[in-house]
Amino acid sequence: MTLQWIGDVILLVVLLPVVIYLLRGVLGAATSIVPSVDRIARAARAGSADLDAVPLLLTTQDQVVKTIQAAANYGGSLDVILDDAEGA
Amino acid sequence: MSAAGWVMIIAVVLIVAVIVVYLLATIVALRKITAGLDDAIGGVGEIIQKSEPVAAVVADINANLDAGVDLLEGLLVKKAGLSEAVGLVDGLYPGAAAAGLRNFPDSTKIKPPRISEVYTRGTLTLARLGREAPIAAASPNGPALRNPAYGSSAARTLYPDGRALHAKALPRSPVIGTESPVQYDPDEEVGGPRRRMPATSPERS
Repeated sequence: MTLQWIGDVILLVVLLPVVIYLLRGVLGAATSIVPSVDRIARAARAGSADLDAVPLLLTTQDQVVKTIQAAANYGGSLDVILDDAEGA
Repeated sequence: MSAAGWVMIIAVVLIVAVIVVYLLATIVALRKITAGLDDAIGGVGEIIQKSEPVAAVVADINANLDAGVDLLEGLLVKKAGLSEAVGLVDGLYPGAAAAGLRNFPDSTKIKPPRISEVYTRGTLTLARLGREAPIAAASPNGPALRNPAYGSSAARTLYPDGRALHAKALPRSPVIGTESPVQYDPDEEVGGPRRRMPATSPERS
């Protein structure tokens, strides 16, 4: 009988607090992850929205090609008009 | 059953209840995490999808710009010479001579001539006009500084105080002939060597 009471005391005084302590730790860790995950999701959505302008790179690419073509034409004309430097 | 047995049963039930409560809360939190990660993964997937063609496009833009740099550097060096080219670049972009011209490694060893002292202000103005050439008409910063149709009037806007179209009074043409106010001695001027000016240096006399 005495051993049974000792077992009850151990259950209530030792085991129960230990179980509560461990489970609170797991729950605290899980709930602390939630805001971080939300922030990551918001950042990913914002990053995706920032990349909406990527198709404009095609316009830039086209403009660069045209600009270099114009510069090449201009340079070709200058090459004909201007004399070369001495020793060049 | 004894009192100790009942206490043990109550303790076990209490422990199990605590475990259930905390595990349920943990499950709810983990479900939120899963939903958030799904959302984040969706966003990251969009980022990957949208940025996929960027590398190829940027590589093409860089290749075209490299070709343009090669062309313009080569033309500048061919027409102006390496030293003058470095000086002109340094005049337009102070300090750029330290980096040198990309296709001319020796250009970093050249001490850039001070182009602003060698050439007139007008030369540098023309060079700056080249920077704002008509090809920049589509610039988001506004129209090109040089108007291809009215180039001279646009160039005049470079002078903040305005620039006169012509001088108010031009010097009169010299009067020549036998009645001119300044007469030259034919014996001294015709057929003989020109008089040397006093300022002529000894080496050239």
